[in-house]
Amino acid sequence: MNLALLIPVLPLIGFIINGLFGKNLSKSSVGLIGSGAILGAFICTVVVFVSFVSGGSAATTVKAFDWLVIGDTTLSFSFFVDQLSLIMMSLVTGVGFLIHVYSVGYMHDDENYNRFFAYLNLFVFFMLLLVMGDNYLVLFTGWEGVGFCSYLLIGFWYKTPDYNDAAKKAFIMNRIGDLGFILGLFVMFSEFGSLQFTEVFADAAQYSEGNPAILGITILLFIGATGKSAQLPLFTWLPDAMAGPTPVSALIHAATMVTAGIYLIVRSHILFNLAPETMCIIAWVGAITALVAATIAVVQNDIKKVLAYSTVSQLGMIFIALGVGAYTSSMFHLLTHAFFKALLFLGAGSVIHAMSGEQDIRKMGGLKKALPLTHITFVIGCIAIAGIPPFSGFFSKDEMLAHIFNDSPALWVVASATSALTAFYMFRLYFLTFSNGFRGTDHQKHHLHESPSSMTTPLVVLAVLAAFGGVLGLPLELFGLEHGHFLQNFLGLEDSSFDLSHETEIFLMLGAVALAVASWLLAKRIYKEKQTLPAENVTGIQKLFVGKYFLDEVYEKVIIRPFQLLGNALYIFIEERVIDPVVNAFGTLSVKKGNFVKQLQQGNTGFYIFGIVAGVVLILVANLIWFR
Amino acid sequence: MMTLLLIVLPLLGALSLFVMKGDSIKKTAFAISLVTFAMAIGAWINFDASNLSQYAFKQDWIPSLGISFSVNLDGLSLLMVLLTTFLTPLIILSTFDREYKNPLAFYALILTMEMALIGVFVTQDAFLFYIFWELALIPIYFISLLWGGENARPITFKFFLYTLAGSLLMLFAIIYLYLQTPEHSFAIEAFHKVILAPETQSWIFWMLFIAFAIKIPVFPFHTWQPSTYHMNSTPGTMLLSGIMLKMGIFGLMRWLLPVVPQGCIDNADYVVILATIGIVYASAIAIVQKDFKKLLAYSSIAHVGLITAGVFSFTDNGLRGASMQMLAHGVNVVGLFFVADILFNRTKTFEMKDMGGIRSKAPWFATLFLIILLGSVALPLTNGFVGEFLLLLGVYEYSNVIAAFCGLTIILGAVYMLMSYQKTMLGETSAATKDFTDLTFNEKAVLIPIAIVIIATGLYPKPLIDLVEPSVQYILSFINI
Repeated sequence: MNLALLIPVLPLIGFIINGLFGKNLSKSSVGLIGSGAILGAFICTVVVFVSFVSGGSAATTVKAFDWLVIGDTTLSFSFFVDQLSLIMMSLVTGVGFLIHVYSVGYMHDDENYNRFFAYLNLFVFFMLLLVMGDNYLVLFTGWEGVGFCSYLLIGFWYKTPDYNDAAKKAFIMNRIGDLGFILGLFVMFSEFGSLQFTEVFADAAQYSEGNPAILGITILLFIGATGKSAQLPLFTWLPDAMAGPTPVSALIHAATMVTAGIYLIVRSHILFNLAPETMCIIAWVGAITALVAATIAVVQNDIKKVLAYSTVSQLGMIFIALGVGAYTSSMFHLLTHAFFKALLFLGAGSVIHAMSGEQDIRKMGGLKKALPLTHITFVIGCIAIAGIPPFSGFFSKDEMLAHIFNDSPALWVVASATSALTAFYMFRLYFLTFSNGFRGTDHQKHHLHESPSSMTTPLVVLAVLAAFGGVLGLPLELFGLEHGHFLQNFLGLEDSSFDLSHETEIFLMLGAVALAVASWLLAKRIYKEKQTLPAENVTGIQKLFVGKYFLDEVYEKVIIRPFQLLGNALYIFIEERVIDPVVNAFGTLSVKKGNFVKQLQQGNTGFYIFGIVAGVVLILVANLIWFR
Repeated sequence: MMTLLLIVLPLLGALSLFVMKGDSIKKTAFAISLVTFAMAIGAWINFDASNLSQYAFKQDWIPSLGISFSVNLDGLSLLMVLLTTFLTPLIILSTFDREYKNPLAFYALILTMEMALIGVFVTQDAFLFYIFWELALIPIYFISLLWGGENARPITFKFFLYTLAGSLLMLFAIIYLYLQTPEHSFAIEAFHKVILAPETQSWIFWMLFIAFAIKIPVFPFHTWQPSTYHMNSTPGTMLLSGIMLKMGIFGLMRWLLPVVPQGCIDNADYVVILATIGIVYASAIAIVQKDFKKLLAYSSIAHVGLITAGVFSFTDNGLRGASMQMLAHGVNVVGLFFVADILFNRTKTFEMKDMGGIRSKAPWFATLFLIILLGSVALPLTNGFVGEFLLLLGVYEYSNVIAAFCGLTIILGAVYMLMSYQKTMLGETSAATKDFTDLTFNEKAVLIPIAIVIIATGLYPKPLIDLVEPSVQYILSFINI
């Protein structure tokens, strides 16, 4: 058996063991099985990765079994091992393993410990299908599967109605995107007669730019991406998804699942390169989402909500980069973002753990001393996301911004504004949480403690990755080697052309860093030195931000309510007052007409059988008279 | 011979019950239905899908009229027989922990029903088809009337009359077709050879279509369905929704498309549009239902609407999808109605607002319900996805705009199913659910096989697709002349 097959199977086995027998196992065995399954998958990934590189980096397909028959073709359940999928597999199993380890500590007192690990394993299984599938239908299977696991995990504490609502909302909003996705697959299938990556992309070479079918496919796939990767107009589920346990937010709603839309576009970039209109839409949707989410993040007071809106905003930034054809930079930022955002979420989890469940940053403050390790790793995360050198976010963000400027200065302005806001709200979050005096209750103060090592070890590892992940994108010229950087050369994606001069690039870079540092200092001045606390009552434009642009309210009024009204109207008026009475009128009419049906009304089945027999006789007679 | 045995065995079983007493009645009924299922599996093991007439049995019946007792199996028939014989034991088993008055008649009727249903799926003679079609109505009529709940009498009457009106149209159509056959025969091959003017085909088309559409039911012929499903005893609802409605869809594929192909092509637009309206209409109504069983009834209308649209796409994907979805819908809907039965059994209500919190009380039940729900909302790797994907692709090949509307079922299905799960299973327990007990052995014995089939046929549907493929191509060969 090919080792690549084992990679998704191991988490599946973990799911089955913990799901079926976890109740009878001790917590330590549950944690061991859950984490061990992912560690095993990670090790397999590394082995496959190494043999892939040493074997000349040739993409291979590993077939599991024949799955479906579509049209004239048999679609197999197969996995595709290439540069892109290997990067994603490493991310999913690597960061996934760290978060499993973290969960051992974080979820330790939960009565449904085994269920949690079972779900988490199932999620990793589906996420691996998503990134490993060799055709769009296996990808879609993973895509839907992670959505379902996300539903399970957001609503993990299912006794709270709000959490259930959040889970349901996430699933349904994702399904709206999925309708786009699946229609995109239909267009693709009728155009190419295949859903296989290699076949579709090979055929696409014959298409010229602006082909309407390709335009349709790419727009529909992008609609799918807006659902999963929380872009306008479908992003409102992601902040609500913070109802799930914090490791879930870190794994699913920051590092892996929400990047699926980006993976989809990078995977299909040969198609997207043929559709400039779609690319333009992607860039602007990303830009508006990035800015909108960043402005909301500035006024949030829930530690996880700030990070959630930050995720939406960062994903928006990546979509701008995708829209300008900077696929490598997008993947680069996807990776570094996974490191520092998982780190920040896990750090937030550690804070919440220490604060006995409190999430409001107005009631925190001064946690620096009580949580030294959490504090230092959180700072690293903040610097990384703010784009301040030498940490990873600086490199990836700088690369994206340069490509965006290369394509459209207008987009660059939006992206830079978002970056500045990012640095501001992250340091606002940091200072309110860790600096100055403690603002919580005495009970909480008494209870403050650093988290156990199962939680802090993943923090440290992620902090190292967040700090040094930038090396993936260091220009190789610095070392006197060839062009590009490691990630670029490895992935070999067909990026759009880049023709900025070195001077412009350096100028942009310095500008971005200056902006980030200025935002940091501004946050420091307001929240550390002046010790300002976010106001209870907001005015002016802040109302718009606090109200999250009232998108939920608009959807409620424009879509949900009218549809419920429609349902009720159809049920009460059409169903019960039009269709049914018409049917009944026919019935009554015939009953009045004759004895035949009256017999039936009395439930006289003897008569009924007689009817059949009589019919037969009738035919017999007719036959004798007319046809003999 | 095997095919004949499949028909005769349940009938003999039903008769054998008359010498039984007490608990042995239901046990015998269960055993017989299991043996029938084993026979169907046996037929499948040695089945060569490319041969469209296997295990054939033919005996002249009324030779002067060209009527023969002619039955055989092709892939599509076998699929339907597998569905029927798989579900019947589960339906019988679902009654084991419940008390039904007059068990002798009850189980005899269920087995008679099984016999008639198998007959419908295997017959090669239009006259025989009609006999079985009507024969299936008699047991369900009594089950509805005698074991039904409130208002059983008027509701059953309406259902009976409605479906009988359809049958009458079908009978006229069959007789007309018979008269047009060169050799005056009711054999299906003879019907295939009948060549009618397009206008006549349309007439015949509508007569047959309405008969099938009432049974399925296709919007707007569906108004008998919600009340009939709701009022019926659980086994009655399961028989109706799980198997009997498939008679209608099967009828479309075997007795309509190949017989009046031009009539089908000329009127496909109307049918597909009606079916699509039905999907959105029934989903919208399902969303506002407060009663779980009613919600399931409307969701079923939405699902079969998509199957109908897929059949009338006249594409290989659409017909494959229809076959797969008949199986999936049958299995899932029986599971869901049993879930409703379990809920009612413990809470004495179908009102979802009175439930909640059951998940913490009954983890087995919650998990199995969730798996069936996933099949119903067509999550990939469940049976529902295979059918729904192929159906939507088929409809897309027919019309991309209509596919987008049909595709709304992806969203709306998730809305009403997740809503019902949340209201019944999640949150805090209510007065009605605080003492909710988890599944009994017999209840697990029904729901676990269903859950296994949902995942197994979703993960690896290829053998089933291969099974129906030659039948699908054969049906399409009439349309694509």
